[in-house]
Amino acid sequence: MEQQPARPRRETRLDTYVERYAARTRGMTASEIRALFSVASRPEVVSLAGGMPNISGLPLDSIGEMVQELVAEQGAVAMQYGSGQGAPELREQICDVMRLEGIDAHPDDVVVTVGSQQAVDLVTRIFCDPGDVVICEAPSYVGALGVFRAYECDVVHVEMDDDGLRPAALRDALATLEASGKRVKFLYTIPNFHNPAGVSLSLPRRQEILDIAREHDVLVLEDNPYGLLGFDESPRRALRADESERVVYLGSFSKTFAPGMRVGWALAPHAVREKLVLAQESSTLCPPSFSQLMISSYLAGQDWMGQVKAFRELYRERRDAMLAALHDLMPTGTTWTVPEGGFYVWLTLPPGLDAKAMLPRAVTARVAYVPGTAFYADGYGSQCMRLSYCYPTPERIREGVRRLAAVIEEELDLVETFGPSTHALQRSYDTPNTDLT
Amino acid sequence: MPQSGKKSGAHPGRVLVLAGGLSHERDVSLRAGRRVADALRSAHVEVEVRDVDSSLVPALRDDPPACVFPLLYGEAGEDGTLREVLDLLGLPYVGSRPAASRLAFDKPVAKEIVRRAGIATPDSVTLPHETFKEVGATALMGALVDRLGLPLVVKPTRGGSALGCSVVDQAADMPGAMVGCFAYGPFALVERCVRGTELTISVLDTTDGPRALPAVEIRPVEGRYDYSARYTAGSTEFVTPAELDDAVAEQLATLAVTAHEVLGLSDLSRTDVIVDDEGVAWFLETNVAPGMTETSLLPLAVEAAGLDLGEVCADLVNTAIDRR
Repeated sequence: MEQQPARPRRETRLDTYVERYAARTRGMTASEIRALFSVASRPEVVSLAGGMPNISGLPLDSIGEMVQELVAEQGAVAMQYGSGQGAPELREQICDVMRLEGIDAHPDDVVVTVGSQQAVDLVTRIFCDPGDVVICEAPSYVGALGVFRAYECDVVHVEMDDDGLRPAALRDALATLEASGKRVKFLYTIPNFHNPAGVSLSLPRRQEILDIAREHDVLVLEDNPYGLLGFDESPRRALRADESERVVYLGSFSKTFAPGMRVGWALAPHAVREKLVLAQESSTLCPPSFSQLMISSYLAGQDWMGQVKAFRELYRERRDAMLAALHDLMPTGTTWTVPEGGFYVWLTLPPGLDAKAMLPRAVTARVAYVPGTAFYADGYGSQCMRLSYCYPTPERIREGVRRLAAVIEEELDLVETFGPSTHALQRSYDTPNTDLT
Repeated sequence: MPQSGKKSGAHPGRVLVLAGGLSHERDVSLRAGRRVADALRSAHVEVEVRDVDSSLVPALRDDPPACVFPLLYGEAGEDGTLREVLDLLGLPYVGSRPAASRLAFDKPVAKEIVRRAGIATPDSVTLPHETFKEVGATALMGALVDRLGLPLVVKPTRGGSALGCSVVDQAADMPGAMVGCFAYGPFALVERCVRGTELTISVLDTTDGPRALPAVEIRPVEGRYDYSARYTAGSTEFVTPAELDDAVAEQLATLAVTAHEVLGLSDLSRTDVIVDDEGVAWFLETNVAPGMTETSLLPLAVEAAGLDLGEVCADLVNTAIDRR
């Protein structure tokens, strides 16, 4: 048999730099799950996975005119570097926005960031050394967990229930950590319309959490991207409204205006704010001037509160569609939370099912979700999944839930045959699981 | 250099690279599509890349390309379905015919065909989920372990990129492996696990008939050659050509070409084998649509042979056009 003449032998790992990467890149590998999400972007698939704000209702024509005007009148400023802390006028407007949640803040204490995601990054950068403990809810926002992982923090999850973070569990966790000599740098919490859990911290608990933070001398990182997107009532009072020295508050225009702007902010005590500005300057020099001026013009010249109200109604319609579909279609033993705002429902599968192992079957059935393990730093959450209702139409949401219910039925059949999955870590946390069935 | 009826530098006209689709391997397909398109452009071939969706057939009828280069993986892409559509439209395409694709894509069928040609392949059993349900999973899994021994391999009968594939070292891990496998398809191939040197041999089949490229040895840095090890640069060490005695290299080349021929494949294929400690080469599977990403094995073999991927792809295109 004829063979091609070969070149001299070589050994290759197809990456010249493989021995030079930092240890923290170790987990940066291709994954089956990430690859499956490639299919979720196709229109044939009902994606209940992504948390993309539904910006279909934005008045793009008038925003276009606003851009033209901005370039004509402030083009030289908009195209130039700006302050590392952010544009002064926008910081004043941000204080007006935060006043809706009871926060009385000075623009000097606001640092504009590239989305609130960068604010999480900057706060972690200035506070955390490798091995420092960050306390998070169980489950917690996947983007924040990624930041904590990048800074090599030790994430400790604390249980939630339908009223949000459980104070007793937080006390226990802090006592255990203190007894073991661990340094807790901050508590990361999403009090309103939690991503992914869909629940909110009840008002009585807000004070209790602040009391615990004071007792144990713990900083609170309050991440509040969805605070203005509550369905049934006016904005809830922020933790920061009642505690200015121990809370760093993070806000964002990604959900109330447009994520493409990439503008968020941190409100921090004076000394912390100084360090955040320095960290911001070494990270990006300054947040983008153009986006900041755009948002400033939008807040000043458009009915942005009216737009937020329209968003709330759009999301409420979709939330209702998802809850109705879950109620009508889900197999017995499946439970879920009932969000009063925001984008997400947290669904717990019947015992023995593993949302991650089930995902290929779901993609085959043309429906996608995010497996619960993405929202834990320790591998738990396999029995849960996050469902987003923010983007698909109500009809598509119902169709997606119908497909998902069929997938769960098939998986139940499989588990009945083979027994529960032994691959996944068994659930050890209490998680929000309001049962509407 | 591979030979073809036309010089590789010839301009065959517009080549349509199909990549994407709706299979679990969409991401791999998109990456392969980009790489082949770049390779063809480097050989001065006009290329268009497009996804497969409901507008495909009208587009192919309205503006037929000179040749289609399908780079779709998983169902439809490799089971011959898409190739049936291309045949229906009378379009030349790179790769195997539909019937041959169907045979080779089904791992148990392919194993049986090559076994009859005298090639060793690990003992295996193929069963659907329904059978486990009907006759009792515990007893059946026990019987599988008794018959095939441990460790064993559980994998979907149709599919690639090691998706849904598990190595079972102890019986207690069997149920999880079965559940993981059936998430990707209704049939499971349970196979005796052969330990040894993992190798792959690519075959190019242009005008002068099939010829093997140098074998590539696969050495995962940690664990096994799973999805992550396949598509994360740096996770696997590849040795090209593999460190083999000339006689073994010759044997593997013959094995790969024989598999290609008995399965009735065309243009290109890639056969995965394991050579055990006694020097026996065990056939695992033949890929109808070998991977073409930055970390895939056929491009490594092309490079090891001293060939240029763009020239090879252009030759394959010209061969497909000449076949019409």
